[in-house]
Amino acid sequence: MRPSRRDVLTGSAAAVISAAATPSRAQSPAAEAVTPALIEAARKEGKVTWYAAMDLPVSERVARAFEAKYPGIAVRIERTGSERQFVRLAQEYGSNIRVADVINASDAAHFIVWKRSGWLAPYLPDEVAKFYPAEHRDPDGQYFTSRIYVSSLGYNTNLVKPEDAPKSFADLLDPKWMGKIVKAHPGYSGTIMTATYQIARELGWEYFEKLARQKVMQVQSSVDPPKKLAAGERAVMADGNDFTLIQLKEQGQPVETVYPAEGSPLIVCPNAVLKAAPNPNAARLFQSYLLSREGAQVLCDFAAQQSAHPQVTAKPGRRKLADIKVMKDDPAAVEAEAEQIKKRYVSIFKV
Amino acid sequence: MTIAVPAELADRRTFKFDMTWPVMFGFMAVLCVLIVLPISWLVYYSLTAVDPVTQARSFTLDQFRTLFSDPEFVDPLITTVIIAVSSSIACCVIAAPMGWLVARTDMPMTRTIRALVTASFVTPPFLGAVAWEILAAPNSGLLNKLFRLVTGAPQDEHLLNIYSLPGLIFVIACYTFPYVFVLIANALDRIPSDLEDASAMLGGTAWDTARRITVPLALPALLAGALIAFLQAMILFGSPAILALPAGFHTMTTKIWSLFQYPPKPELAAAASLPLLVLTVILLRGQAMILGRKGYTVVGGKGAEPRLIKLGWWLVPAALFVTIVLMLPVFLPYFALFNAAFSPIATTLVTPFNATMHNIYFTFFELSSTKVALKNTFLLGAMSATIGTLLALVISYLTARQAVRGHRVLAFLATAPIAIPGIVLGVGLFLSYTRPPLVLYGTLWILLIAYITIELPAAYQQLQSAFKSVHPELEEASRMLGASRLRALRDVTAPLLRTSVLATWCFIFVSTIRELSAAVMLFTSETKVVSVLIFDLKESGDLGAISVLGISMLVLTFIVVVGVSRIPGFGAGTRLRNT
Repeated sequence: MRPSRRDVLTGSAAAVISAAATPSRAQSPAAEAVTPALIEAARKEGKVTWYAAMDLPVSERVARAFEAKYPGIAVRIERTGSERQFVRLAQEYGSNIRVADVINASDAAHFIVWKRSGWLAPYLPDEVAKFYPAEHRDPDGQYFTSRIYVSSLGYNTNLVKPEDAPKSFADLLDPKWMGKIVKAHPGYSGTIMTATYQIARELGWEYFEKLARQKVMQVQSSVDPPKKLAAGERAVMADGNDFTLIQLKEQGQPVETVYPAEGSPLIVCPNAVLKAAPNPNAARLFQSYLLSREGAQVLCDFAAQQSAHPQVTAKPGRRKLADIKVMKDDPAAVEAEAEQIKKRYVSIFKV
Repeated sequence: MTIAVPAELADRRTFKFDMTWPVMFGFMAVLCVLIVLPISWLVYYSLTAVDPVTQARSFTLDQFRTLFSDPEFVDPLITTVIIAVSSSIACCVIAAPMGWLVARTDMPMTRTIRALVTASFVTPPFLGAVAWEILAAPNSGLLNKLFRLVTGAPQDEHLLNIYSLPGLIFVIACYTFPYVFVLIANALDRIPSDLEDASAMLGGTAWDTARRITVPLALPALLAGALIAFLQAMILFGSPAILALPAGFHTMTTKIWSLFQYPPKPELAAAASLPLLVLTVILLRGQAMILGRKGYTVVGGKGAEPRLIKLGWWLVPAALFVTIVLMLPVFLPYFALFNAAFSPIATTLVTPFNATMHNIYFTFFELSSTKVALKNTFLLGAMSATIGTLLALVISYLTARQAVRGHRVLAFLATAPIAIPGIVLGVGLFLSYTRPPLVLYGTLWILLIAYITIELPAAYQQLQSAFKSVHPELEEASRMLGASRLRALRDVTAPLLRTSVLATWCFIFVSTIRELSAAVMLFTSETKVVSVLIFDLKESGDLGAISVLGISMLVLTFIVVVGVSRIPGFGAGTRLRNT
């Protein structure tokens, strides 16, 4: 009698539990290739639900590419900002609702919590085993970096001359930017949560206290400040996705990215398969695809994001991550300080 | 022989009377479950806290201490009161003259005007807020661009700033004024002109007649309107959620919502909602006191057509007034949404050179939540409207006719949910229905319960005032002829009220589709509704997709509302007073 998929899953779940019992030793699962059997099982499930705290046009594009490669498996995307998604998942799991198959967040700290709660399934796609550097792999094989970008500054080229544009975080504190700055909120966006931690660590909270006096316009997602720039609603942005600015500029919108002199906060977004995924095979197939050279290339080409996969090549003319001065990311510290960061932020910015 | 007949008759009567009671108690029980359960959980949560060590819940007043001392909560409370008072006054000032113009003067195109007011009512407040963002954001807003173009003002000057307290009050008033308008116009419709004629015949001037007859008769409706506008503004979540964050302040509802950011603080949120509940109870008592015992029964067995006042040359300013009023919640916002639907950037004017179908393609072919959300929304809308109308009809009958001993309790229960912000009711329901015996979270049922509970007060008030204006003499006549209460209700009163019943159905349907605050707490990815989808899209500023969804939603809603009012024998065109 061949073991069913469910048996295999229960077995791997048991493996995690034993791994958790001896936390000192990381136990990576064996690498798994995409087999015809997996594709067939995924097709029987017919769908996969991806909780993705990711710009919708980007995630939907990746989803359509997956559907084109594996016809018969529909991808449903649930998009909210990472911080809301984190609450949602906890709320759903607290009520025994298991809808999510695969999950992506721009606040890497969340994966530490989910892993600790035992919600993630160990699953190591063979391309990840072969190509991904260690710093982009969870040692227990539960989550892997799916995309990398930075939170940058930017300006509207119709409203600001290049020579007047801010070059650094410090420049934003110039009184000439009073009422002209837009920024996103760490209570909603995982990118901004991560960035706020890094900026506060490097520049101190005094920076935010001074910035708050500039009458900053607050929006929620890190996708929105670039859009507010493109619309001309504000002249400069204090944080937000650099890749959204790059996309908008390539569409002919009057925006320009600025990588601040102090360094740009580095955003590393993992992706994971959930242990209680209702479509476990489709979830694994999707995880394999997203992290493969092919899937990562879609993300890189369309969304100007970087991959941890060394074979993914950036479009000519786009700036490489290696050429940008970045701040260091530290998910463990974000996890420890998240509540404090949000509280402090609200007391400074009043919203 | 002669004795047997009355005995038989008496038996039959007793039997019918008995049938009425189980129905009444059934409704009371349903109401208790709908309303008392979530409120109890809220009160319990507001007064308890979990001990971090023992995990046990114990009594505490900490939440209330924080609420009334921490400026983080006091400021939003003050802001909310300012918003509610200002927008309620604005609504009445606009809606009262407009309702009078439409109902009592020879103003042309009144049907069109009413339909357009309905359009502003159908527009969800959050969608209106997004549209006004496109119109009146200080720098990118279309109206501000026009202002700079016309006056040659420099780039950083602006005429309007929607990201401000007055901006928010304006947007809220835009989408609550229909409540007041409908109430006033309907009341004026129902006032027969024989009283006014009497006044005129006795030598009263037009002014005397207005002051002593029309205004007092319309006053209950105006007061009810002001109250509803106040309460709607107070508990509104959608518009503040869109505008308050960029404007840099909180209202009570957005503050409560922010308490559910990680780590969620349901205890504090429950406590924060209780002042709103108390305030509402006080207001409702106040309304009852002002109206006192004055009876305003104007539709009896007989009545007369209202006679319309001739406007003459006053028509010009009147028409101008109505046009401007309708520009603000309807024409301008929908122009902005249409523009955004076909434009690459929402605040860029569409020209033949930059027009794009991308937003439409994206919404219907790439966005994987669109279909599920549309299906859920319309299913829930129809179900909530049908069940809610039935419930409100029976309750308002029982209270208007004081048919059962506990009718005051019933009236309170039916009005109480208006005081609970949808978002907090959402939490109450979440606490109630995530544990046995009824685990409903994750299903459409929990949303259905939320919608019915939220819409019940308005539906109840509408039908109750309709019942009050139908004199019981007709029912009494039918009961004297041997009909039971239920039969009298079905055969006599309900037909008289069918316009109101239909209006209530449409009202609940539309309100359900507009509802965001409870849905945002209770949805899961499988039970997503359009309002939540739009809210999620707003988070990342996808204005093009929001516009496409918003316009589709409006079109579908109109199809349903028009379709329902065409149901034979139930038509909205039948005039109540002619029957």
